[in-house]
Amino acid sequence: MTSRRVFLKGSALAMFGVGALPTWLSRSVYADDGSDRRKKILVAIFQRGAVDGLNMVVPFGEQRYYELRPSLAIPRPDGTPTSAVDLDGFFGLHPSLAPLKPMFDAQQLAIVDAVGSPDPTRSHFDAQDYMESGTPGFKATSDGWMNRALPKPDGPVSALRAVSLGSSLPRSLRGRNDALAVNNLNDFQVRDPKAAAAFESMYEHTRDSALNGTGKETFSAVKIMQSIQKQTYTPANGAKYPGGRFGQSLQQIARLIKADVGLEVAFADIGGWDTHVNEVGAQPAVGQLANNLSDFAQSLAAFYQDLGDRMADVAVVTMSEFGRTAKENGNRGTDHGHANVMFVMGGGIRGGKVYGDWPGLAEEQLNEGRDLALTTDFRDVLGELVSKHLGNPNLKAVFPGYENPKFRGLIG
Amino acid sequence: MRLPAFLAIGLASFFLILPAASSAKPSKEAEEAKRQAKLYQKKLSKDQQIVHALDRLTFGPKPGDIARVKKMGLKKWLDLQLHPDRIPENPDLEAKLQPLESLRMTPMEAGQHYPTPQMIRAIAAGRQPLPEDPVLRASIQRWIARYKIKKEEAASGKGTSAIDANPNADLEPAKTLEDVLNTSELQTLRNGKPDQKRELLESMPADKLEDVLVALPRGQRQQLFNNSPVDVQRRIMVLNSPQQVVAYDLLEAKLLRAIESNRQLAEELDDFWFNHFNVYYDKGSDRFLIPDYEREAIRPHVLGTFRDLLEATAKSPAMLFYLDNFQSVRPDIDANSKNRKVKRGLNENYGRELMELHTLGVNGGYTQHDVTEVARCFTGWTIQDPRRGGAFFYDHKLHDKGEKVVLGHVIPAGGGIEDGEKVLDILATHPSTAKFISTELAQRFVADNPPPALIDKMSKTFLDSGGDIRQVMKTMLDSKEFWSQGAYRAKVKTPFEMVASSVRALDANVTDAWALANQVGNLGEPLYRKQEPTGYSNLNSDWVNSAALLGRMNFAVQVTKNQVPGVKVAASQPAEMIGSPDFQRR
Repeated sequence: MTSRRVFLKGSALAMFGVGALPTWLSRSVYADDGSDRRKKILVAIFQRGAVDGLNMVVPFGEQRYYELRPSLAIPRPDGTPTSAVDLDGFFGLHPSLAPLKPMFDAQQLAIVDAVGSPDPTRSHFDAQDYMESGTPGFKATSDGWMNRALPKPDGPVSALRAVSLGSSLPRSLRGRNDALAVNNLNDFQVRDPKAAAAFESMYEHTRDSALNGTGKETFSAVKIMQSIQKQTYTPANGAKYPGGRFGQSLQQIARLIKADVGLEVAFADIGGWDTHVNEVGAQPAVGQLANNLSDFAQSLAAFYQDLGDRMADVAVVTMSEFGRTAKENGNRGTDHGHANVMFVMGGGIRGGKVYGDWPGLAEEQLNEGRDLALTTDFRDVLGELVSKHLGNPNLKAVFPGYENPKFRGLIG
Repeated sequence: MRLPAFLAIGLASFFLILPAASSAKPSKEAEEAKRQAKLYQKKLSKDQQIVHALDRLTFGPKPGDIARVKKMGLKKWLDLQLHPDRIPENPDLEAKLQPLESLRMTPMEAGQHYPTPQMIRAIAAGRQPLPEDPVLRASIQRWIARYKIKKEEAASGKGTSAIDANPNADLEPAKTLEDVLNTSELQTLRNGKPDQKRELLESMPADKLEDVLVALPRGQRQQLFNNSPVDVQRRIMVLNSPQQVVAYDLLEAKLLRAIESNRQLAEELDDFWFNHFNVYYDKGSDRFLIPDYEREAIRPHVLGTFRDLLEATAKSPAMLFYLDNFQSVRPDIDANSKNRKVKRGLNENYGRELMELHTLGVNGGYTQHDVTEVARCFTGWTIQDPRRGGAFFYDHKLHDKGEKVVLGHVIPAGGGIEDGEKVLDILATHPSTAKFISTELAQRFVADNPPPALIDKMSKTFLDSGGDIRQVMKTMLDSKEFWSQGAYRAKVKTPFEMVASSVRALDANVTDAWALANQVGNLGEPLYRKQEPTGYSNLNSDWVNSAALLGRMNFAVQVTKNQVPGVKVAASQPAEMIGSPDFQRR
């Protein structure tokens, strides 16, 4: 018997009774069974709206950055909370990202710079779509990279294998493998038992294929969720998640990971990055972008703290559809650009380093004379995580058309 | 999955290029596409046609609607829906809309009557003037007094920074509850059942009611909200958070019109066009600009000409604010200014979305260079006093007077407001726009992947008629594709459609739609609150997922058990109908 049987879709759970807590069961089994190690988990974070990567990870070593952004540039590190947080003498974190510095120092946070999608579009919608489908420039792809990234199962799989937090299922997770959208773990149920039974039967038997499939997935997951809902959740190690939607999403992902219900991939997003106007406030380290980055960093830091040792199994990767113009615009903001920055965090990550080839910010080095040029394809980063972390070797199916991914050595 | 032929060909070539994909797939997809194409040739029965018309062109049939359309004749019914001015509006609806005053206000009036905390602060600090109207003046002065006291408390260390956390916090009232109410009334208000409280409030004369509401602590006042009559709810809102009234009125009207209007197609199109030209309630001044936007820019044009609609949105303060164009100025304006640390300049946001989302579509044949040139044409299109709700205003000083080239058309140097207007002419008559708008309409009213032949017919009408939306709709409604098995039950309802159609199907009585609007938000479509300019998706795949289905089933349980405040279902009805797979389709 393997632990995974506890999480079989539908009926198997009944064997143990809904009250049985999968946690102790799975722990003891994992401890005994060397051949059935705990699954690795990949968490993808999408910063929707095109975050200004040049102010997330500040190239303070390059004078040109200060010339291009007279009112937006984050001051060089000087130890004050309004200056960049030095990473390696050239790059520094936006001061709002300071909560992530300990992870960088512990070598569990890697940064990839000048990274993104090679497609030149500056449309939010298309660029997000391309990044989520994993096929830049190709619109006919009907599923998402993260759905395809799920390793081929060697047995029955959990109904909670792939989960997105929010009221819709993102493009990244759509496709052949079942994937759930969960608004709130505690609300994931039909509140009336009689109606629940009737609905389950209706969705089971409908000839409407789209609703039939999703309906069945939903009711399988509801059963597993009941055991999680019985316990109240307290984040471990004093972790404090911010109260906003993003922090709450990460807290729920942590809860699913710790409940050992067979989660393999999870997705959350955070919006509000489209800073055409007033990206900064009275000075560069405060204002709209700073507030949003605080929420972002504090949520990730809380997740890391909450998971503690479990981070050994987890990798978190962040992305955004494109970067923003290197030069500030006329409204203390930035317009749509090209290359950006990605964060990769986790126990198995070779962190503490800024990866990628810095292309420079001189006029002739910029993409179309206006944006940070691209030196790393986002699929190089995701591909390495899919193959080395999730253990799915079939990258050609995950990123069709992408022949030669160049791994950056994020995982040793 | 439904796939028309053109998509299937795309897919097939995809699999040819990409060896990783299964080789068995293309034929299967192509076969499916062929099957789909055949369905668009298959006619609907007479009865199906009526169901289909009500599913697609209204927010769902009410009991008796099918018989009514049958009796009137489908053709006549369609013709009336295309000419909403010939349909008398439902007097019950008009009565319910009457108290929603902010819907009829100019942006400046809305901003003054229902000020945001920022606005109150600005007036208190003398950065904005007090309104002239004496009643308004008095109410604003009360808010300011409250604001100043809180601020002084904060400064003296008595309070913390409470004013920033909660600028609407209470003042000590002039009269206490004990001054206004007798013992038994006090008892009812504190410990009574919801119905008793409601009865008490309803029995009070207006001035006494006002005193009671002012005397109540903020939290208790809010607790009364759900069970109060509409006029009391408005007073509670004005006292607790005045800026919320505008949102309340918008949501209330949106739901009530969808549920009760006789001009159903016009309301469908209002939703369609507002979503097409999306603006976001929570962005700064858009909080009080949106009622004017929907009333003046969208609603008059839903069946009019596209060029008028486009210009109305382009010149609307709500859009100018939302897509930042009001701040976009000629790039050289501050070149020689020594005083300005921050040099103002061009902002591309509107120029890009105008082409990508409003007219040509992302593949409509424009370049980054066109985006910049269009942005230059619209410099100077701004708002008079944007933080107070002023009107559209063309400022020649801010305009880039150089020559521009937009999609190959030369716009000569020395122009003014007409530069932007010429861009609108070019875009509104462009074949890409005709195709893009026709596709979007067909995706809403026909199917996710509408047949190319239908799009061609609609695009042709668009171009031949000078963008006459009524004619384009008529072409669609005259097409065999619309009345085919391919279109029948092919669409999954959006949350808004699902909620509105439930209330209609149950023939429920709605006294207050606020809770319904919150349900729409919980199901994934918070109305007036789509932050991205894309608006909400029209496609089935975006609305079918586990969270959405559970939410819909739970809504079905609540609404049929009379657990949604403000909505009354007459007889007990089973939740199964509303939560069923079939009801999620239209």
